[in-house]
Amino acid sequence: MQNAAAGPKGIGPEGASPGSEVDQGRRRFLTLATSGVGAVGAGFVVWPFLASLKPSERAKALGAPVKADIAGLEDGQMLTLAWRGKPVWIIKRTPAMIESLTKVKAEVADPESSVQQQPEYAKNETRSIKPGIMVMVGSCTHLGCSPTFRPDYPAPEIAPNWQGGFYCPCHGSKFDLAGRVYKGVPAPINLLVPPYRFDGDTSVVIGEDQVAA
Amino acid sequence: MAIVPNPYKTTGVLGWIDDRFPLTKLYRDHLSQYYAPKNFNFWYYFGSLALLVLVNQLISGILLAMHYKPSAAEAFGSVEYIMRDVPWGNIIRYMHSTGASAFFIVVYLHMYRGLIYGSYKKPRELIWVFGCLIFLVLMAEAFCGYVLPWGQMSYWGAQVIISLFGTIPFIGPDIVTWVQGDYIPADATLNRLFSLHVVALPFVLVGLVVAHLIALHEVGSNNPDGVDIKKFKDPETHIPLDGIGFHPYYTVKDLVGVSVFLIIFVGVICFAPDGGGYLLEKPNFQEANPLVTPPHITPAWYFGAFYAMLRATPSMFSSALPGVIVMFGAVLILFTLPWLDRNPVKSIRYKGNLTKALTLLFAIDFVMLNYLGMQPPSELYTLLSRIGSVYYFGFFVSLLFIHNFETAKPVPERVTE
Repeated sequence: MQNAAAGPKGIGPEGASPGSEVDQGRRRFLTLATSGVGAVGAGFVVWPFLASLKPSERAKALGAPVKADIAGLEDGQMLTLAWRGKPVWIIKRTPAMIESLTKVKAEVADPESSVQQQPEYAKNETRSIKPGIMVMVGSCTHLGCSPTFRPDYPAPEIAPNWQGGFYCPCHGSKFDLAGRVYKGVPAPINLLVPPYRFDGDTSVVIGEDQVAA
Repeated sequence: MAIVPNPYKTTGVLGWIDDRFPLTKLYRDHLSQYYAPKNFNFWYYFGSLALLVLVNQLISGILLAMHYKPSAAEAFGSVEYIMRDVPWGNIIRYMHSTGASAFFIVVYLHMYRGLIYGSYKKPRELIWVFGCLIFLVLMAEAFCGYVLPWGQMSYWGAQVIISLFGTIPFIGPDIVTWVQGDYIPADATLNRLFSLHVVALPFVLVGLVVAHLIALHEVGSNNPDGVDIKKFKDPETHIPLDGIGFHPYYTVKDLVGVSVFLIIFVGVICFAPDGGGYLLEKPNFQEANPLVTPPHITPAWYFGAFYAMLRATPSMFSSALPGVIVMFGAVLILFTLPWLDRNPVKSIRYKGNLTKALTLLFAIDFVMLNYLGMQPPSELYTLLSRIGSVYYFGFFVSLLFIHNFETAKPVPERVTE
């Protein structure tokens, strides 16, 4: 292109009659227009390729709600079940456990749960619908490991004022018994409380919102 | 420049080929008449060793893919099947798993060689950049391969690494779902990582290795003295006075390196294939379980330093993004090395003592970070990781100006014996 433009006359293999000038502006316009149409076409081709990587219909279907029977849960005991393949914890908190939440209030980063990590109906002091039953997704908000349940205290190797909670073995993040993250650890925000509702007194449905009473 | 078919006027069968394909020309340009400086030392083994390990990975990998099943339900079992029932399957798998670690050992040493002898300086910037791209693709390749056995470490390693994308503001969580093809690392994830590991990334890797070598042979090899051997050529043959043909001189020398390397490599495969839990980690002998995180998650040893930097960076503004930026920054800063280093002297032999000390300290720092990345987090280790991370980046920045504070030694005209 550049070389052709430099010469006194265009050398057109496209059968231009001898002596006729090559219209460079027209040639440039046609090149740009063809490239432009080609780029749009390439975009249309790439889209299905990229979209094929999204979750398939089968994977989406497996994300349905799950129901947990909590009748047999003892005081202080934790039940782990899978929802969308992630661990969901249901903990029957004792009065002492509920009390511990106020003791560590000064040490957690977001005591009022101001970051949207819970449904509106669980945005309260205990991050739950019923203070005695805590439901949360057991994957660390740092990089998704599953923290270890450490209700035992004191545990000076975790924190001087440990009142029970969760300790992430991957990167050392700490959470209290309501999943509130401690200050100065890698995890940035509280553990996620999934949408859930009670179905009678003895079972919990994970993945469905509580309907306003 | 016109292309002259068969410039060396060969005859017979070779001549017939050379009239149609530059076989003799390629052989001479890249082997027998590629003149490399005669003063290569120990450090120059690692380039050819990296090539050897690449071939090892390709061959053992092709054989493994003939028995492996890339599905979440079958992957773990098929690896055990390879280990127990496939004839020689355990040896082939150990060749591949040990080869992965060996790849990083020789590549890290190869990169450090480039660092100390200034092999990235003009006119070799692009060789270095291609090399950094190779390193980047190698990391991706190693990560994908690590996930394939679908053991506990595979699974949780995938979970942690893919979650890194989740720290991107606003679109992060959607990107994670898109990358995984599911809401958690699952069958779809394993299947696509397999595709990347055996098709896409090896293609790119081999292409980059070819580009790395073409760029090298275009400008010629650097050497431990960092002097240009093309300045002094034989007036008649135009061969550099300090150059020797790559073949047979360096092919034979490299064979010695290959022998020593293979003694160690085969020794590990036969006597310590899990490397005491460092080459094959113990939790990876348990099948992936999405509900239970192993008590102590570590990356493969070769990612230790980068992982330590990720962990050392605290969250800011309710986001884990800074750690991710630091970790990727640690790889990306390597690309800028040719333009960061303003020292007019190439080889560490003639640089001042300050640079020598800082460069040695950088190696120690990198090894320390690698160690810290594999340890459980503790306050002391976090502090050390932070100091180590700051020094890692500080070293590169110091290359901009440090030569102003020291006296360099005179650089000789020709290579020393």
